[in-house]
Amino acid sequence: MLRELKADFHIHTCLSPCAELEMSPLAIIQQAKIKELDIIAICDHNSAENIPALKQAADEYKICLLPGMEVTSIEEVHILALFDEIESALQLQEIIYANLPGENDEDTFGMQVIVNVHGEVLGFNKKLLIGASNLTVDETVGTIHSLNGLAIAAHIDRDSFSLISQLGFVPEELELDALEISPLTSYNNALEKYNPRLPLTRSSDAHNLKDIGKTYTTLYIEKGTVAEIKNAFLQKEGRKIIH
Amino acid sequence: MKLKNIINELNIKALSGQDQLDAEVKGAYTSDLLSDVIANSKADDLWITMQKHQNIIAVAKLKDLAGIILVNDREPDQETIKKAKDESFPLLATKLSAFEISGKLYTLLKGK
Repeated sequence: MLRELKADFHIHTCLSPCAELEMSPLAIIQQAKIKELDIIAICDHNSAENIPALKQAADEYKICLLPGMEVTSIEEVHILALFDEIESALQLQEIIYANLPGENDEDTFGMQVIVNVHGEVLGFNKKLLIGASNLTVDETVGTIHSLNGLAIAAHIDRDSFSLISQLGFVPEELELDALEISPLTSYNNALEKYNPRLPLTRSSDAHNLKDIGKTYTTLYIEKGTVAEIKNAFLQKEGRKIIH
Repeated sequence: MKLKNIINELNIKALSGQDQLDAEVKGAYTSDLLSDVIANSKADDLWITMQKHQNIIAVAKLKDLAGIILVNDREPDQETIKKAKDESFPLLATKLSAFEISGKLYTLLKGK
């Protein structure tokens, strides 16, 4: 049955060096519940190592969780990847890790904490997750699609690490599924400013608990799967984004 | 100063747009953010960058820039070099860093 579902596609965990340590699996899921979100995607910088713990917590609270990642391309553009399966996110992680130079400096960038569902520390990721991979935006989008994921340009309205800040405009050839706008910009302002040929999503890009669900995208779909969301983006089979 | 003189003086390699090297260069702008170049570069500037995505050609054309210098011996993307050739736009390359080529170019254009 088609229904309105609220989705926040861009939430970080304590694995992202710039996120608060309070972003542990159960805390994130409980907050998503409070904000009445139906679908969330976990998108840490260049890593998916906390997805298994988040998925376990989401299952417990019956929230639909999409495994995801916020990939940094060589142009320093942030691209969100959303998947159905944890396995796909981990495959993307393998490719990114092979193309991600540098080592994290906790004092400078923050801790990169890998946790279990209870928020117990399993370890610290040593890679420079805040850094840029060696993949171009085209390669990033191509890789995400080859793993059956959705590729969304993150926070295009921000003046750093966005497709538009780095590359001036949305490249015509780039086969993105959607463009994300941050809580800084309203849907109508974004329409006016960017006149986009691609669908717009709104998500929180939450790095702390209180920001979860600050903005979200309302989808008219059956359930939170890549296929359903893609149909909503394309306005196919009665699926759509409700603005 | 004419672009071809700058190329000779600073030992820069022209990858495309060889028929456009008579252009008069009035200044230069150094940035890797295309949004910033759109906002702040001026017509007839040379643009110094390490950004090699094909959008650089469109931005340079949009702003009527004299040419683009890719620094640190960066290989442009295939699509970028193709676009530059199709548009007959001067895409240039140097082994120098953005700091070094900016300094040399500044001296050449404004230092005297």
